[in-house]
Amino acid sequence: MSTRATTAERAAGGTADYLDQRTGIGLAVKNFARKIFPDHWSFLLGEIALYSFVVLLISGVFLTMFFVPSMGLIEYEGPLASMDGVEMSEAFASTLHLSFEVTGGLLMRQIHHWAALLFMASIVTHMMRVFFTGAFRKPREINWLVGFVLMILGLGAGFTGYSLPDDVLSGNGLRITDGVVKSIPIIGSYMSYFIFGGEFPGEHIIPRLFTMHILLIPGLILALIGLHLFLVVVHKHTHFPGPGRTDRNVVGFPLFPVYVAKAGGFFFVVFGILALMGGTMTINPVWNYGPYDPSPVSAGAQPDWYMLFLEGSLRLMPGPGWEWVIGGYTLPMNVLIPAVVIPGLLFTMLALYPFVEAFATGDKREHHVLDRPRNAPVRTASGVAILTAFFILILAGSNDLIATHFDLSINDITRIFRVLVIALPILAFWVTKRICLGLQRKDRDLVLHGHESGRIVRLAHGEYLEVHTPLDEYERWTLVQHEPRRPLELEPAEDERGVRRKGYRRDAIRARVSRFFYEDRVEPVTPAELAAAHSHGEHDALEGGAGGQEQIEASQAHDTQPAAGGAVAGRSARGHDARDR
Amino acid sequence: MKAIAARRHHRLAPVVLLLLALLVTGALYAVLAPSAQSAPAPTEDDVVAGEALFQANCATCHGPNAEGREGAPSLIGVGAAAVDFQVSTGRMPMQMNGPQAAAKPPQFEEEEIAQLAAYVASLGPGPAIPSDEQVDPALGDAANGMALFRTNCAMCHGAIGKGGALSEGKYAPDLSGSTPTEIYEAMLTGPQSMPVFNDANLTPEEKRDIIAYLDVQQAGSPGGTDLGSVGPVAEGLWVWVVGIGLLISLSVWIGAKSS
Repeated sequence: MSTRATTAERAAGGTADYLDQRTGIGLAVKNFARKIFPDHWSFLLGEIALYSFVVLLISGVFLTMFFVPSMGLIEYEGPLASMDGVEMSEAFASTLHLSFEVTGGLLMRQIHHWAALLFMASIVTHMMRVFFTGAFRKPREINWLVGFVLMILGLGAGFTGYSLPDDVLSGNGLRITDGVVKSIPIIGSYMSYFIFGGEFPGEHIIPRLFTMHILLIPGLILALIGLHLFLVVVHKHTHFPGPGRTDRNVVGFPLFPVYVAKAGGFFFVVFGILALMGGTMTINPVWNYGPYDPSPVSAGAQPDWYMLFLEGSLRLMPGPGWEWVIGGYTLPMNVLIPAVVIPGLLFTMLALYPFVEAFATGDKREHHVLDRPRNAPVRTASGVAILTAFFILILAGSNDLIATHFDLSINDITRIFRVLVIALPILAFWVTKRICLGLQRKDRDLVLHGHESGRIVRLAHGEYLEVHTPLDEYERWTLVQHEPRRPLELEPAEDERGVRRKGYRRDAIRARVSRFFYEDRVEPVTPAELAAAHSHGEHDALEGGAGGQEQIEASQAHDTQPAAGGAVAGRSARGHDARDR
Repeated sequence: MKAIAARRHHRLAPVVLLLLALLVTGALYAVLAPSAQSAPAPTEDDVVAGEALFQANCATCHGPNAEGREGAPSLIGVGAAAVDFQVSTGRMPMQMNGPQAAAKPPQFEEEEIAQLAAYVASLGPGPAIPSDEQVDPALGDAANGMALFRTNCAMCHGAIGKGGALSEGKYAPDLSGSTPTEIYEAMLTGPQSMPVFNDANLTPEEKRDIIAYLDVQQAGSPGGTDLGSVGPVAEGLWVWVVGIGLLISLSVWIGAKSS
C-alpha cells in the first residue's frame, strides 16, 4: 500500500517538478491557490456569463460540423412534412437536417440558443450588480468599459448567430437592419450594399455572418474575457461592507480548495440547467417560420429578448411627418431616432456613468468596499431609470402579445408607451431616490434607537414605553461604515487679490453636477450622535432583570459627556443582554 | 367528318368553336365545381324552423328579414357557410359589443344551427358548408400549405396560426382549436376583420393544403414544450424566469457560508 502511494506521490511530484522547472508554474499555482474570494451570491453572476460562454463554445463547435453557411438554393427532402419538397437555402436545409436527422442535433441547437439568451441575461444581471454596488469606481473604470464592450459583442454574437439559419423570422430582422443602415445619412445606401454585397438580401450575407459569428466575434469575446478576468486578478475582488473589511484587504475564502470546488461545481450547474432547458423547451423553431423569402412577415415577428428594445423603439416611433426631405435627399428620422439615436444615448449613458460619477465626487481614491445601493441614491436612481427605459422599450416591442394576451387595444398600448418611455424613467428616478433616502433614514433610526423588541414597560410614574434593543457592534458597523458624500464646495471665482482663478468654469460645472448627486442626502450616524442618542434615550436602556423581571433603572446618574448638541448625557445603554436572550 | 373538315375555314367557324368551348367549360364547371350541397339538402321544414329561430334570436340586430341594420350586416347572400361558422363557434349570437365578436361555447344545438343556416341560405345564394372531403387534412399537401399560409395568413395569425393582434383591440384568433370545417368556412366567408379568400383566390385544393399544414401543427413541437409558439418574446421571458431564476437561487445556495 504505502509503496504504491509513494510511487503515485513520486510520480505527481516528479511531474509537477518537471513542469515547474521548465515553466515556473509553481509560483503561479501557489499565488492562485491562495487568492482570496469573498463570499456573496451576487459575485457568481459574472460566472454564469462565463460558463454560458463556455457552453456556447462547446455546443457551437458541434453545430459548425453540420451547418452549411450557403445561400445556394436546393430542394429539401426530409422527414418534415411541412417542408418536404420546398425550395430553400442550404443554410436553412442544413439547419433542418441538423435538427431532425443528426443525433442530438436539435438538443445541441436548443442548448446553444438558450445559452446565448442566458449569456446576455447574465451579463445584464452582472452589470446591474456592478453598477448598483459601485464596483465600477476607481480602479475598475477600465474593467467596466471592457465589460460594456463584452456586452455589445454579446449582442453582436447573438444577432449574427440568430440570422444564420436563414429563416423568415431572422430574415425579417436582417431586413430591419438593412433599413436602419440605409437610414444613416449619406453613407447609408452604400453601407447597405457593402454589407449585403449588393441589393438586399443578396447571396453573401449568410457566409459573412457565419465568419463573424464563429471566428471574429467569439475571438474578440475570448480575448476580452481574458482581459476582464486578468483585471479582476490585478484589482483583487471587491467585497461588501462588514466588520474587518476595508479598502486595503479582501475578506473571503482561498481559491483552493473552497472556490475551485464552488466555481467548478457551478459550471456544471449552469451546464445542467442549460441542458434541461434545451431538452424540454423549444427555442427558435425555424421549421415554423420556413425558409427565408423577402415577401412574408408573420404576426408576432420579434427578435431575441436582448434586441427587443430596438424593436420596441421602432414600434413606438410615430411614422408620418418624420421623413424629412432635404434637397431631394430623404432623412428618415422615423428610423434614425428610434434605431440609432435612442439606443445610442442609453448605451452611452451606461458606458460613461463611472466617469460622470467620478467627476461629480472628485474622488481619486481607490475603492474596494462596495456601496450598499441605498447609500448612493442618485446612482441607484439613475440605474433604475436606465433599466426602466429599456424595460418599457422591451414591453413596447412585445405590444402585440400584450394586446392579445391581455385583451387590450394595440393602438392604446402604443400611445401609452409613447408617454411612459419618457415619463416613467423620470418617475422611477424620483421614486428610487426617495426610497433610498428613506432606507437610509431607517438605518439611522435603527442605529440610534435599536430594534423594536415588542416589550412594553410601564414606568413608575405611569408612562408606557417600548423597550428598544440596541444593535450589536457588528450589525451597527454595516450601517455606519460608509463615509458621507457631500456636494463639492465651489471655490470663489477670484482669489483674494481679485485675480480670476484658472479652472473656475470647470469647477462650477463640477459643483453643479455634484449638487445634483449629493444635495439630498442622509448622513451616516457619527459616534458623537450615537453617544448622544444613547444618553437621552435612557428609557430604552432597560436592564433585563433576572428571570425576565424588568427592573426600571430609576437612577439618573448624569455624567456629562462632550456629546453633540450639548444634550444631557446619561449612562450609555448597553442592552446586549436583551439581544442575546 | 368530311363535311366538318370542309367547313373548317368557314368564317363562322371561330364563333361556333368559341360557343362550343364555352358550353363545354360551363358544363364541366357545373359537374366538377365544389358542390353546394354536401349535407342532406335542407327541407322546407328546416327553413321554416330556421326562420323561427332567426326571428327569436337574430332579428333584433340583423332585422326581421335579415336585411341588416346599423352595425349589423345584412345576411342576405352570406350563405350557409357563414351561419355555420359564426354560430357553431359561438361568435353569434354576440354576447356584447366590442372590437370583435369573441368565440365562446355555441348557444345552439347542431340541428338548430343547420336550420338557421338553411333559412339564411334560402334568402339568397351564397357559399355552402364544405363537404368532409373538401376539408380532409389527409388529402392536403402540408408543404404547399406552409407556403400558402405564410403568404396569405401568417401576417395576422402568426407563423403557425397561434393568433396575433390587429388594430384597436381586434385580433386574429388562435387557430389551434379550430376544426377543419371552421377554417375552410372562415376562408370562404371572411368573418369580421378577415378577408374573403374565394375559390379564385385560393382554390379548394389550396384551402385543403392550408388545413393540412395547420393539422401538422397539432402534433406539437419536436423541441419540447412550445412555450405558446409565440416566438422569441416568450423565450426571453422564460430564460429570465427559469434560467436566471434557477441560477440565482443556486448562487444564493453556493454563496451562503458553509458554517
